Amino acid sequence: MTNNIKKKDQSMLKKISSNQLFIPIIALLLLAVINLINDPSFFKITAGYNNAGNPVLSGYLITILDYGSELVILAIGMTLVTAASGGQDISVGATIAIAGSAMLRVLCGGNSRPDTIQAPIIVAFLVACVVGMLCGAFNGMLVAIFKIQPMIATLILFTAGRSIAAWINNNELPIVPDPKFSYFGSFIPGIPIPTTVFIAAICLIVIALVLKFTNLGLYTQAVGINEKSSRLNGINPTLIKFLAFVILGLCVAVAALIKVSRLSTINYSVIAKDIEMDAILAVALGGNALSGGKFNIWASVLGAYVIQFLTTTLYKFNVQSDALAAYKAVVVIILVVFSAPKVREYMANLRKSITRKKEIA
Amino acid sequence: MKKKVFAALMASVMAFGLVACGGSTTTETTETASGGDGLIKVGIINNDPNESGYRTANDADLKAMFTEENGYDASFAYSLKNDEQIQYAQNFIQDEVDYLLLSAADTAGWDSVLQDAQAAGVKVILFDRTIDADESLYEASIVSDMAKEGQTAVDWLASQNLEEYNVIHIQGVMGSAAQQGRSGALDTKVEAEDNWNIVTQQTAEWNAEKAQQIVQSVIDAGTPFNVIYAENDDMAKGAVAALDAAGISHGVGKDVVVMGFDCNKWALEELLAQNWNYDGQCNPFQASYINDIIKTLESGGSLSQKTIIMDEKGFDATTITQEDVDTYGI
Repeated sequence: MTNNIKKKDQSMLKKISSNQLFIPIIALLLLAVINLINDPSFFKITAGYNNAGNPVLSGYLITILDYGSELVILAIGMTLVTAASGGQDISVGATIAIAGSAMLRVLCGGNSRPDTIQAPIIVAFLVACVVGMLCGAFNGMLVAIFKIQPMIATLILFTAGRSIAAWINNNELPIVPDPKFSYFGSFIPGIPIPTTVFIAAICLIVIALVLKFTNLGLYTQAVGINEKSSRLNGINPTLIKFLAFVILGLCVAVAALIKVSRLSTINYSVIAKDIEMDAILAVALGGNALSGGKFNIWASVLGAYVIQFLTTTLYKFNVQSDALAAYKAVVVIILVVFSAPKVREYMANLRKSITRKKEIA
Repeated sequence: MKKKVFAALMASVMAFGLVACGGSTTTETTETASGGDGLIKVGIINNDPNESGYRTANDADLKAMFTEENGYDASFAYSLKNDEQIQYAQNFIQDEVDYLLLSAADTAGWDSVLQDAQAAGVKVILFDRTIDADESLYEASIVSDMAKEGQTAVDWLASQNLEEYNVIHIQGVMGSAAQQGRSGALDTKVEAEDNWNIVTQQTAEWNAEKAQQIVQSVIDAGTPFNVIYAENDDMAKGAVAALDAAGISHGVGKDVVVMGFDCNKWALEELLAQNWNYDGQCNPFQASYINDIIKTLESGGSLSQKTIIMDEKGFDATTITQEDVDTYGI
């Protein structure tokens, strides 16, 4: 009888630990506990006013939600690309520069210091979406049709993207004069929660609806697991892979809107620098196989927040910011080691032998 | 067969990438009509004017100075690559220019071409950047003193007579000449004075977004501070965005003193509006110095020193004028 209960407990434990959300949630809890022990005021949220006189909430948690938004949005697209193609897009940082530059070009009309914006913000955003999706389509074409390794295919835009972005605006650094444009990266008057949080939430709702009401998720997994058999079952793998990259392109355009809006200007060489690595790390943290197949977008999203949580925590501890990458590298090493087949096999054997011993006892 | 097609496609794609890259590394040679009598013939080798606002201002300044009205017959060549620059230098020497003005992309590799210049009687003047070559190979070198820029800024800050200095120090890319010079002066001062404290010292790598996050973190922690010392304008802008979001006032007579460097036009306009307090110049206007040197050499005079450090200003928000913005903004 007791044996039976024990078994149930163990299978329960196994169920939880084998859930994809397990790793990112544990990581979040770990970070939260570390911060709680170190300084409980980490979780304090205060209400105040910004310099424009609008009510705003501030505190570390708000900062994490705010600055994590771009990464969350990118993680959505990156998860799909990873699942469908079994590879990653390393050009997202550079395509953010391209989409952002196109947006500013439309807003400022080729003049780096206009007195008023030259086109409605929505038009500029739609242009950026088209540009982002075109970049995604370019990557998708190379990967899906020409069957080039995703990392190699996206290396092209990774290298050339920032130069293209600079070329779009003739190497000028336009400044958007309209304060309304800065709302997307900060606060809408009267609403104390950062706008970026809403943008991220909208993206999540949209992708949730898409996954629920279309077969995109299922088809993507099928293609990722076995391309040939999915073709035999009437799925077009080329289209699915292509689509994944185009969706990522759209995510890039939204992230570009936030990035450019934060400062109402752009700096081609440093905007969204190294963000592709964080996005890939978010997917990995979410327990998604980087070789494609099954995926869980929510796990990636949690992974993205974990990364921002980690970054904010390290800033709080005054860790030198050029050393941040090293800490992330440690996380990557741990993740990679634990997801390696050899280690998994060993762990499974260990678990089995322990349960067997217990049963004998 | 299939593989070959792919290889060809890859190659063409790569080529496309290279062409796209070319956007930022344009190399052009504009030759003005050569050989008017009495004109001093100069060959100017510079970095690509699109590299940065600094370089654009630098190039415009040179073009305005070396005109026929001022008695010059000037040719310009641009490249960000050292080997191409050396090629241009050889061309200029063959063209028998009187002076070769050089802002080298890289410090190494110039010895032999400068020896050729010397043999051909071409006088070499370096501007903006120094090179690793024997001093006898060039007439003069006109450079910025980054440490002095930092010192001027710190002296200005000290003259504000604040009761306490709690400084957020946002550094550039670690190890760059600008970072070392601009950090050095502040570090020394903080060590020497009891009422100067560093709240946080972080590199934002010239990146506005990173600067914003660094300052946001200090604000979230609730640590009091009253000075932001950012080593370029972009990072100061990022820091100010964080202050604005948190409702912390900044500028002349406000809670936080904001300092930047480089004198971008938009930054000087912030000064004029008294949103920032100080901006240190990194002088791109070397043409008048070069002109003076050439005039001295032509009249048979000699230079008292080889290395000439340019005057660099620091602008205070309380005294800056619209004229300053127009003249010195880059």
